[in-house]
Amino acid sequence: MNALNIKKGSSSHSAYELRDPNGDLIESHTLTAVVANESGVLARVIGLFSGRGYNIDSLTVAEVDHEGHLSRITVVTRGTPPVIAQIKAQLERLVPVYEVHDLTAEGPSVQRELALIKVTGKGEARIEALRLAEIFRANVVDSTLESFVFEMTGTPEKIDAFADLMRPLGLREIARTGVAALARGA
Amino acid sequence: MRQMTGARMVVQALKDQGVEVVFGYPGGAVLPIYDEIFQQNDIKHILVRHEQGAVHMAEGYARSTGKPGVALVTSGPGATNAVTGLTDALMDSIPIIVLSGQVPTFMIGTDGFQEADTVGITRPCTKMNWLVKDTAKLAETIHQAFHVATHGRPGPVLIDIPKDVQFATAQYTPREESKISHYQPRVRGDEAAIAKLVDLMETAERPVFYTGGGVINSGVRASALLRELVAETDFPITSTLMGLGSYPASGKNWLGMLGMHGLYEANLAMHGCDVMINIGARFDDRITGRIKDFSPHSKKAHIDIDPSSINKVIRVDVGIVGDVALVLEEVLRQWRARGSKTNRAALPKWWAQITEWRAVKCLTYKNSTKVIKPQYALERLEALTKGMDRYITTEVGQHQMWAAQFLGFEDPNRWMTSGGLGTMGYGLPASIGVQIAHPDSLVINVAGEASWLMNMQEMGTAMQFRAPVKQFILNNERLGMVRQWQELLHGERYSSSWSESLPDFVKLAEAFGCKGLRIDDPADLDEAILEMLAYPGPVIFDCRVEKHENCFPMIPSGKPHNEMLLGDADTQGVIGAKGAVLV
Repeated sequence: MNALNIKKGSSSHSAYELRDPNGDLIESHTLTAVVANESGVLARVIGLFSGRGYNIDSLTVAEVDHEGHLSRITVVTRGTPPVIAQIKAQLERLVPVYEVHDLTAEGPSVQRELALIKVTGKGEARIEALRLAEIFRANVVDSTLESFVFEMTGTPEKIDAFADLMRPLGLREIARTGVAALARGA
Repeated sequence: MRQMTGARMVVQALKDQGVEVVFGYPGGAVLPIYDEIFQQNDIKHILVRHEQGAVHMAEGYARSTGKPGVALVTSGPGATNAVTGLTDALMDSIPIIVLSGQVPTFMIGTDGFQEADTVGITRPCTKMNWLVKDTAKLAETIHQAFHVATHGRPGPVLIDIPKDVQFATAQYTPREESKISHYQPRVRGDEAAIAKLVDLMETAERPVFYTGGGVINSGVRASALLRELVAETDFPITSTLMGLGSYPASGKNWLGMLGMHGLYEANLAMHGCDVMINIGARFDDRITGRIKDFSPHSKKAHIDIDPSSINKVIRVDVGIVGDVALVLEEVLRQWRARGSKTNRAALPKWWAQITEWRAVKCLTYKNSTKVIKPQYALERLEALTKGMDRYITTEVGQHQMWAAQFLGFEDPNRWMTSGGLGTMGYGLPASIGVQIAHPDSLVINVAGEASWLMNMQEMGTAMQFRAPVKQFILNNERLGMVRQWQELLHGERYSSSWSESLPDFVKLAEAFGCKGLRIDDPADLDEAILEMLAYPGPVIFDCRVEKHENCFPMIPSGKPHNEMLLGDADTQGVIGAKGAVLV
């Protein structure tokens, strides 16, 4: 044992290297993937994120090509640039994944989200809610004497802004789809 | 004509894929398939004793032949028992196909007898898996599964087949008519990137090849090309645990294995190099040690078939996605076309430095005439089996590292060990899988007694199928690697790291009907090994070794390569005043 200078009983040594997880700048990226529309594919994608400790801020999925059995998954995620690159590479190597694009990295893109927002109230607040909805181009899709359900489409930031305005006016519930996105141009 | 039941389709599809052996265990949900296996003679079924054993056997079969291994298990517990083997194969990129039975489709989700969500449970531990709900799609799915398992980075796949799908009849889809999915990973490396690698090779002053399991997985041609490349460049070469045998241990450029228990010269070459050429390895944490101090002064190139391996752990200067054999072919073509240049002025200095490191003789240990040292046992095993048609498997722990250090591998596919997952209990079943594939070869499982007990039931399989596997157990009555870490890092508090109430291995061998040998005197070792080799059937060799031997060299986790601990190696002079801990 002459060869050792590790202090006996030292507990500062781990079986794994311990690294500072906050070393790098965190970015938000929107990734889009075309996948085979088979059972279990979404679970495989989500399992990849949870299994490898990646974030999901929002996720949308629906079939986009009925004959080709293809779905599009749009996922908004956060991470350092190497982590984002790794997420893309990990998605690309899944067997049922056809193609993956990092819309944030690859140039300008259009990002839209749909939200349904229920606001309840009477009198002046109710009128104010309707006026603001008009400014935000939100449609009234359900109405009672004491409530509205607004439907609006826009960037997540626009929906956040509208929801913030509705909060003092009687915001009750909100349902959001998460972001769907496509690259701009041809 | 091609109408048949799902169960018959399974057997037919396996035949179409050239499968000769299936390792499995029957149960309610796979009875129709077993009925079909009974009625044919082309595919041999090896009845295991536990489904984990079946999957490790399939792995051993795959790694020693380069062909995919196949295992067949029933639903529920049969499938859950396969999970460790699937994960092991995923980590080490071994192509295996596991077929599991499932409760009938109309019972799925009702918590039926022996029902488990097999595709759910195995999704994270397979490269791909399928639940087949329609007999008409069964054959095509099996053909796809073989394609996925063996293309790109190899890996395990699982097909879950409900019992009613096995009974129902449909049209069989032959292999050539099957739509092989869009899955066509890139295998040819980018020529421009390869040109950058050739630039590095031409000017490197202190180059090193760092090779891994990808070379083995790419096939024997990859190993042949690697040998040409090493011979013509005269660069030094080291390998991970997974890549041993791709370059011969007797080759003059061989530095030995690198990593946590790798050789001094290999790790210092990695630390001191100016050009590192990673071929089919993945910068595993057992290799890199502390990331920020990993080979700090080198340009790095990385050849890997899996794009996600590149820049995952270590940022590299040149990334080349492709199959090792095809990439090496192009590397050699370009490098030769440009005149086979290397930096001939600098290389001799680099080799002189390596010669100094080699002089440390880092594997030196204090031998004894009273007690068998595990290193000595392996040295004798190596000497007495050298040149034989030999395959080695291991369990996991100290014995595994000593086997990697003290046994020499001249060819690929001769060394089967659980690297990524570190699965204790791997070696015995794997040795049976290897022996089934190579009935006339010598197959030895180098084991520790604790690992070996984890799947010892498979001795029954070895006996039943006359697989004369030699179980070379280095018995220190300790969980040796755990004990070593506790000694070095946990204040010598040996929490649960000794093997108490061990069986009498000789009597155990007799109970199974095979031969048992016990040996504790170094003077008797050679004779006992020869007796083991001469015996025509399975042998359990209980080699009582020194109980407190530690495995050196060792890079403690989170340390860089140049802070390596040596054991009894001659550190005087070469290392200088700092003594045994090398800086």
